[in-house]
Amino acid sequence: MIGFVNHLRLNDYTLGLPEAEAAVALLMQQPLSNVGETKLRLRSLLAKRKEEWERFDADFEAYWYARGRRRDRSRRTGNTPRRPTRPGVWNDHLERQNGHGDSPGDPRSCGGGGGETRAGEGRLIASKQTPLHARDLRHLADRAEMEEAERAAEALARALRYRLSRRYRLQSARQRLDLRRTLRRSLAKGGTPIDPVWRARPEEQVRIVVLLDISGSMELYSRFFLQFVKGLVAQWAESDAYLFHTRLLRVTEGLRERDPIKAMTRLSLMAGGFGGGTEIGASLKTFNDRYAKQALNGRSVAIILSDGYDTGVPADLVRELARLRRRARRLIWLNPLLGWRDYRAINRAMTAALPLLDHFASAHNLESLAALEPQLARL
Amino acid sequence: MAEAEAVEGGGGSLAAFLQRLAGVGYLADPALAAALQLSLQLQRPLLLEGEAGVGKTEVAKALSRLLGRRLIRLQCYEGLDASAALYEWNYQRQLLAIKAHEHDGASAEAIETQIFSERYLLRRPLLEAIDSEEPVVLLIDEIDRADEAFEAYLLEVLSDYQVTVPELGTMEARSTPATILTSNATRALSDALRRRCLYAYADFPDSERELAILRQRLPALEETLARQIVGFVQSLRKEDLEKLPGIAETLDWAGALLSLGFADLSTADPTGLQTTLVCLLKTEADHKALAPEAVSRLAGCAA
Repeated sequence: MIGFVNHLRLNDYTLGLPEAEAAVALLMQQPLSNVGETKLRLRSLLAKRKEEWERFDADFEAYWYARGRRRDRSRRTGNTPRRPTRPGVWNDHLERQNGHGDSPGDPRSCGGGGGETRAGEGRLIASKQTPLHARDLRHLADRAEMEEAERAAEALARALRYRLSRRYRLQSARQRLDLRRTLRRSLAKGGTPIDPVWRARPEEQVRIVVLLDISGSMELYSRFFLQFVKGLVAQWAESDAYLFHTRLLRVTEGLRERDPIKAMTRLSLMAGGFGGGTEIGASLKTFNDRYAKQALNGRSVAIILSDGYDTGVPADLVRELARLRRRARRLIWLNPLLGWRDYRAINRAMTAALPLLDHFASAHNLESLAALEPQLARL
Repeated sequence: MAEAEAVEGGGGSLAAFLQRLAGVGYLADPALAAALQLSLQLQRPLLLEGEAGVGKTEVAKALSRLLGRRLIRLQCYEGLDASAALYEWNYQRQLLAIKAHEHDGASAEAIETQIFSERYLLRRPLLEAIDSEEPVVLLIDEIDRADEAFEAYLLEVLSDYQVTVPELGTMEARSTPATILTSNATRALSDALRRRCLYAYADFPDSERELAILRQRLPALEETLARQIVGFVQSLRKEDLEKLPGIAETLDWAGALLSLGFADLSTADPTGLQTTLVCLLKTEADHKALAPEAVSRLAGCAA
């Protein structure tokens, strides 16, 4: 029995000693007369979430009858503890992680190099002398500048969080007696405060959900945006981050990693997708189907960071955006191309999406990201 | 009560337990019944997850009928706090007592011990459940809607069956309630809570079970129509819908069809059928997604 519990633990069940004890006690109490019933009982005792509940049968058979899946993940039990809530999509990737691991961040630096060569043909808004804050993010090419920008992004995210959550702290008197009003009202009743007046509960914090496009057309921006999103997620407890190109992946846990090298390693497994095509509609559909119910509520702001160059069908995009809009309180689309002079949102996807957005803004430099704050504060 | 005791002691096989559940009008999935039986044997709470409308709340009601115990229900909502779920001081009554004692010169300590006694405590569902002489069935419904803070609060109640009232001290449970928590998984529950509970995932019933439920609840339903209804709903659940219809919706729809006098879905008027679908489809998008042609196709398949 202990062996079985260990086997389940290797297969990522969260089990402690008490569970093992209870399972043994259960078996001693009821002799193994009926395997089917025993299995059902053990399942409700040992499985703690839906995924575990569903694959318990297979794991049970694998151990007791030595068939089917058998300790299929024991290879990586070393130093990569898995977060139990991570969606299954990660599983195919984590194997590869060790291979990629020794060059953290490298897959992206070639993207940065490409920026340098193409810098000349881009239309510059600000002159070269302007401080970093106003420069188009595409032109941040060399490593030092990039790091500077990343720091700035993180500071910005922190500042954003501070400004927004301060409001929250100021009102965070939870169900407290309002003495002044209570006394005032008591006058009508001969000075006995029979109806106490309570202060209202504070507003809950805004929840931010970021969907970042990392397809080929966004190549020059995505590394920087990733840093921005990382800053935001690390600083903001109520946040959630997703990357998409032709598929969508939840990366909140990866971004919360304290160690920047580890975080980049975890993200670099997406490198295969960096620079691919974009299917915004399909990715949003994945989000709506799988995550939206948990990730979004009435206080959520959904931010899409994308240039809107979509290879999918515009109708799909519109339908999924409409679904997203129904769930989220505000829907914001940040488009780095909007900062370009003469840029008009004329491609089909973008024109189709525009009427559904609460806010459509540029995100080509740090200032434009900072300008986001009042939008969030106005929730 | 003798029967109830037998259930508590873990007596009886799973088949017998299923039979007894059916006896009180709940046709359970064997896996769910096993989990329920085990939670009674071990006296541990059962966490029940699943889509809306698969009969999670109904489990608790059936259990209360089966055990002959009172059902205490705590409906969770955002912002639910300890004073609404556990206990609250009867402030107005305390004030009245202070006023009444103002002139008889009772000492401050005496008044204090008096007004912070159990007489002035308003019992909310959780305290009521563990403070009851007779064991009860406690249903904590839609726990995922409550805040995480409340979830943490619940841990003390669920693991030790005790409640700490600062002014009175710790109140131990007089009886252990059979506890069922339900969740629609709109948010991830903490691992700590999961560890304290047994777990069961309630899925949509298969066609056999749904048919049996339909027969039991609506005996007046013709056999062919019942089969068609179940077939229709089962295939409807395979469609790409935002909100899949649950058992409650099936029952509603069957009731509606019955009262409107439908006898056979395959020959029924499609537009008439379309109007009854308000019982099954609960969002505008789903209504649009299911065109009349699709309805008649499904009805044809079900026949």
